[in-house]
Amino acid sequence: MPGSVKMVVRPESSASYVRAITKGLGITLKHMLEPNKATQQYPDEKWELSPRLRGTHRMATHEDGRAKCVGCGLCPTVCPVNCIKLIPAEDENGERYAAVYEIDEFRCIFCGFCQEVCPVEAIHLGVHYENAEYSRERWVYDLERLTELDHPFTALWDPFDPASE
Amino acid sequence: MEPMTGTAFVVATTLKILVFFVLLLVFVALSTYFERKIAGFIQDRSGPNRVGPLGLLQVAADGLKFILKEEVEPGGANKKFFFLAPVLGLVPATVLFAVMPFASPVPTRWGMMEMIVADVPVGFLYVLAIASLGVYGIVMAGWASNSKYSFLGGLRGSAQMVSYEVALAMSLVPVLMLVGNVQMPEIVSAQQNFAAGPAEYGAWFFLPLMLTAFVFVVSGLAETGRVPFDLAEAEGELVGGFHTEYSSMKFGMFFLGEYAHLITTAALITVFFLGGWDIPFWQGDNIRILADGTVIGEPTWWKTLLTFGAFGVKTLLLVLFFMWLRWTIPRFRYDQLMDLGWKVFIPIMMAYIMVMGLAMYLLDEAGVPVGLQYSGALIVLNLIMMGILIWVVDRGTIVKGATSNTRRRAGGIRGRITPTTPSEVD
Repeated sequence: MPGSVKMVVRPESSASYVRAITKGLGITLKHMLEPNKATQQYPDEKWELSPRLRGTHRMATHEDGRAKCVGCGLCPTVCPVNCIKLIPAEDENGERYAAVYEIDEFRCIFCGFCQEVCPVEAIHLGVHYENAEYSRERWVYDLERLTELDHPFTALWDPFDPASE
Repeated sequence: MEPMTGTAFVVATTLKILVFFVLLLVFVALSTYFERKIAGFIQDRSGPNRVGPLGLLQVAADGLKFILKEEVEPGGANKKFFFLAPVLGLVPATVLFAVMPFASPVPTRWGMMEMIVADVPVGFLYVLAIASLGVYGIVMAGWASNSKYSFLGGLRGSAQMVSYEVALAMSLVPVLMLVGNVQMPEIVSAQQNFAAGPAEYGAWFFLPLMLTAFVFVVSGLAETGRVPFDLAEAEGELVGGFHTEYSSMKFGMFFLGEYAHLITTAALITVFFLGGWDIPFWQGDNIRILADGTVIGEPTWWKTLLTFGAFGVKTLLLVLFFMWLRWTIPRFRYDQLMDLGWKVFIPIMMAYIMVMGLAMYLLDEAGVPVGLQYSGALIVLNLIMMGILIWVVDRGTIVKGATSNTRRRAGGIRGRITPTTPSEVD
């Protein structure tokens, strides 16, 4: 029946103001006296995060504090939103490293491809989400900042053990 | 003891005005806190709890925010009335407290001090007169804002308040019939239990006048314009209604006015139907000052404090009840609101006044003395009428679904919109 307006006909014969409102008051009273509130006192209490949460990036380092990145250029290639800026360089020993490594966390969609594609397990996503800043420039994380962060790495999904969380 | 005269009277009255006004404002501020707490609790949240202990300083933070905010004045607004409207919204609610009996009288060195700011002989009429002034703030705000939403809100508010004013005034007629006096302290003492006296019913009037108390509570709620009846604000339809264009402390004034109005309504219900400052089941507080200055009972200062506490507790509980009600039920549709006022409350109150008049006449004729027996008879009568109201009148007749008018029209005038049952739609 196209074009018809749906009108639900209520059982008016039993409808009532006073009794219905009394019933409603009972329900709200029950909730008012409910001691377990749904509110989470956010800055004081926080959620327990999943180890697979994909949040702010982190760069893994060697023992001496150098970033593990070898500047292969896979992550800027795979990045779907083009948020990674990488300029590779080579030192006197012939080892490649990232001269410039910047991630624009504003543009990032946290897909995690960079972490999956990294051959030396250098760039990781992290279990961390509180990255409010006062300016947009601060959202571009350079290599120094990425190595200094210390939140846990995001655990990758293991295809041989898909249910293990 | 003689009543106060001369300078002592002036000083005492000034002190009373100051103390009660400050108390009222503190109470208003606290009630905004209570409102948010109750809203939180009902919705399984914890309410404001970050500013100060238990979030009590939230009130101060809110006030500071209001004052520091930018004031925006809409273009084309009528400046004079735009400024005047919030004041007119707040003033009637506070001025009403002038005739509110707060506590039992205190004997002082300079004479008996009645705990009422102005014991005017027409206190009752004063209440009705001032209560109806509250509508001016809303109408003026709606008109002066030069905004369609404000204008609609103002129109709605005025229509609603004028309608419920009638029901409100009529629901107080039975109180007058029982008390036989328009002085506010007399209304309180009529609900107390004196050993002897002209008109003591020994029961708070919400029992012998149950139905009218119910109507008064509902129309009082409609007068304050709070949630089941907040058609004038109706943020879902009219943005903010009459105060859409208001910002900063001018909005704060409306905000305070709403709560002051709420407290005033609660205090009025307390005085008219919950025995005012009377403490239940205790005869020590039966204190009354007759018109010629004779004092019945033994007034002391601690009794004054106790009775003041009783008045405060009753008012506070009513305020909390109204908040509880607010977070329980949704807003009425406009036609439902008007139907409830004009087609239900006003006819019911007319019939009720006649029934009560007849009952009182018959009781007087039967020689029943005014007292517990008399009130008992009225209580039984009222219980029967409340039963009829809830189980017969309020069964499918008062509340109407949105389709009921359409269906009536469908066969006759329009005949185009045919309501379908849910099965037909599917």
